[in-house]
Amino acid sequence: MKDMLVQVEPLIPSLRRYARALMRDRTTADDLVQDCLERAVSRWHQRRDGSVRAWLFTILHNLAITQFRQAATRGRHMPIDDAGERELASAAAQEHRLIYQDVLNKLARLPEEQRAVLLLVAVEDFSYADAAKLLDVPVGTVMSRLSRARERLQQEMEGVAPGNVVELRSMK
Amino acid sequence: MSQRPITEDDLHAFVDQALAPERRGEVASYLKDHPDAAGRVAAFASQREQLRGALASIADEPVPAELNLSHIIEGRKRRPLRAWMAIAALLLVSIGGLGGWTVRSLLQGGSNGLSALAQEAAYSYGVYAPDRVRPVEIRASDSAELTQWVSGRLKRAVKVPDLSTSGYRLMGGRLVATSHGPAAMFMYDDDQGDRLVMLTRPMNSGSQDAPMMPHAAGDIAGFAWADRGMGYTLVGQLPGDTLRPIANEIRKQAGPI
Repeated sequence: MKDMLVQVEPLIPSLRRYARALMRDRTTADDLVQDCLERAVSRWHQRRDGSVRAWLFTILHNLAITQFRQAATRGRHMPIDDAGERELASAAAQEHRLIYQDVLNKLARLPEEQRAVLLLVAVEDFSYADAAKLLDVPVGTVMSRLSRARERLQQEMEGVAPGNVVELRSMK
Repeated sequence: MSQRPITEDDLHAFVDQALAPERRGEVASYLKDHPDAAGRVAAFASQREQLRGALASIADEPVPAELNLSHIIEGRKRRPLRAWMAIAALLLVSIGGLGGWTVRSLLQGGSNGLSALAQEAAYSYGVYAPDRVRPVEIRASDSAELTQWVSGRLKRAVKVPDLSTSGYRLMGGRLVATSHGPAAMFMYDDDQGDRLVMLTRPMNSGSQDAPMMPHAAGDIAGFAWADRGMGYTLVGQLPGDTLRPIANEIRKQAGPI
């Protein structure tokens, strides 16, 4: 268990970052990380050789997906323009605050699968191959999602996209 | 010799600094001659920086108390295993809910014997799946020995299903005791450490074939069926929807040799 503490504890901040960027709401995100850590503790001896970080992110990502699906079947709409986003950016450096706020609002408009790839690659520094393994999709799918995420985010930033939130959200 | 054409993937890998130095040089010189592509790459790089900047503060926040790993480890030690709670629930249903006659019929092979088989599999799952030291007696690396052993004891040719297409690897197996004699138990796990147990044994003469039947007790779910006198069941702590295709795969593979 000491071994686990040493290897897992330093990764908690980045797990929180990924969960928050994906879920947007702080409480939801931290609940997810807590669930992830509990599973990691109970399955520590069952994990295979390889990166502990990729293993933890896989557990976390799968929990997030389950949550998204449950929310979808319950017909509950994940809020887009709620306080969660303001909260997300609130601690950002003051001079960059508005820019940061803006990019996170736009990130939130991407479909979950595109958002996940962009975050894993561009923020969490996973290689394309590791991201593919983590998401259980071929590398080609990672690349096409990444490309679509970046193009879409760029359109949003340039104000090209219509910004019809409801319509965009229904495109899965 | 002309170089490989620059692909869209190269542009992204350039942004993510994931290219080998040589290729990176090739992409850089391509971008010099193609301002449109260069503009997109610059925009993507700027997105990347903005995202990293916007999210950096989250990783700097103090970790909340409920995510303190030492507390989580401590809390875990005090909690009973979920698998055991599920089995306790199953026993209560059998004894309290259904009454003596039903229990006896279940244990003796009842309607078609599948309920008894399912129950035996749930017991084995509860005992062996949480085991950290020796969940299996013979490891997957000695699967020939395992097959020979269980086939000899069951007096039937037993095949070990390959579930790799479903993402599960064979960990190994063992012989387990049931009220119907010995049964072969095979255990599988996936990359996340989720374990599945498959149990098989000969059925009573009255139940040579029986269609696939779902069963559940607490958070242990499974499917049981009989085929040419052999009973099969797959159990795990997974939703039935997830288990069903794996059970189908086993049924397909477990046909006569």
